[in-house]
Amino acid sequence: MLDQRYSLMASGHPLALPGVSKMEHQGMADHSIAHREEAQPQSKMLVQGFSFFYGPVQALFKIDIDIPEHQVTAFIGPSGCGKSTLLRCMNRLNDLIEGARHEGNILLDRVDIFNPKIDITDLRKRVGMVFQKSNPFPKSIYENVAYGPRLQGTRSRAVLDDIVEHSLQGAGLWEEVKDRLHKSALGLSGGQQQRLCIARALAVKPDVLLMDEPCSALDPIATGRIEELLFTLKKELTIVIVTHNMQQAARVSDWTAFLYMGQLVEFGLTKQLFTAPAQKQTEDYITGRFG
Amino acid sequence: MPLRHFDEELAELKATLVRMASLAEDQIDQALSALTTRDSGQARQVIERDHKVNALDVEIDEECLRLLALHQPAARDLRLVTTAMKISTELERISDLAENVCERTLELNEEPQLKPYIDIPRMGNLARVMVKESIDAFVKDDSALARKVLANDDLVDDLMEQIFRELLSYMIEDPHTITRAIRLSFVAKYLERIADHATNMAELVVYLVEGKIIRHTTPAQSA
Repeated sequence: MLDQRYSLMASGHPLALPGVSKMEHQGMADHSIAHREEAQPQSKMLVQGFSFFYGPVQALFKIDIDIPEHQVTAFIGPSGCGKSTLLRCMNRLNDLIEGARHEGNILLDRVDIFNPKIDITDLRKRVGMVFQKSNPFPKSIYENVAYGPRLQGTRSRAVLDDIVEHSLQGAGLWEEVKDRLHKSALGLSGGQQQRLCIARALAVKPDVLLMDEPCSALDPIATGRIEELLFTLKKELTIVIVTHNMQQAARVSDWTAFLYMGQLVEFGLTKQLFTAPAQKQTEDYITGRFG
Repeated sequence: MPLRHFDEELAELKATLVRMASLAEDQIDQALSALTTRDSGQARQVIERDHKVNALDVEIDEECLRLLALHQPAARDLRLVTTAMKISTELERISDLAENVCERTLELNEEPQLKPYIDIPRMGNLARVMVKESIDAFVKDDSALARKVLANDDLVDDLMEQIFRELLSYMIEDPHTITRAIRLSFVAKYLERIADHATNMAELVVYLVEGKIIRHTTPAQSA
């Protein structure tokens, strides 16, 4: 499947693997294949011929995307293009919508997430989500983070303490809140609340973190902190982010998918998509000449 | 959404670059004329005018930095702004080399002419046409024309080689010619460098139009 992605890019992109052509030029052509394999990230989630319907309305049309492990993948596109719908399908949040149905597959570590044998709670534990608006529980900071592990049956105070500290550190919030863990989460600033939600998602040790416009309600400084966080977090997990902010997609993501009216227009390395996109539609969108 | 304001600014940037290019071309032209007609006055004028090209280089640089900082262009717009920045550096170097030709001309004019100048002006004209065609390719977004410029660089290199051999034969025959022959071989080298900068500009135009970096590649790789 990884081959599929590379062939997709190689067909449209003369620059598909700039590093490799450079190596070839330096007389390392013999090693280039090995380098290519080394550089090729493992696939974590795989969207295959995926279509999605809200009742009679088709929202996604045969999407194919390969989400590489330990990388940040961004979905961009104008409002209503289907990027959030696709994101929400990746941990089956759309199951709850009446009349919704899908065609095609989404695989997590090569296992179909729509397989009836899949435990949906387990899926959502492995594929966590952070939303546009921070939504902490009206509880203490500590209880917000400990909520998931407790639900999973963790009782030991020492273990919970450890998880809370570790998760808050992971979300870059520990230093700011360590002296007021038992105060209400609602007393935190907007940016802190969003990082608390990230810590809460991290507490159940997910493999994949889905982020739906996580910074759109934050000021530039809080946004900067979350973006910084993504660079650290991707060492531990795989991140998929939906964003309206194109500069943000360009800054934080390794791969970018551009969707338009439910179709995947282009998917490729972010650095190529933002310098030399293969499709005219992508070009028009990212240069602001859309429509 | 046509984004009129930003498009106007990009058009203005292109116009400034074209103005700088025609100034640089003129510098080459005048330098060649000063050399062949042994006109020291004209040579001094070229040297005097170099600062105008330098000023445009700074102006374009500042404009590009402003566009990058304020508009954060992407894709084609990004390639245009970054390419303009690099082309302006190439043009500035080209004008410096024309100035260098004139400095050697002033020295050469102190002594009787060593030989009739035939191949050197030919080479200079080739280089000037390469500069002109790279800029034409830039203005018209014509990567085919840019690739044609790349092919011409070999012609200039061959002429350089030939001129060098000829001057060497003068020096071997009569050591009194060494000073003039070395100065002339410097001139040939400057003109060859101008052709190299034209080649760089043509490669930048291919990147601008096709999004493909062909610098430091073999012709087969860059096709």
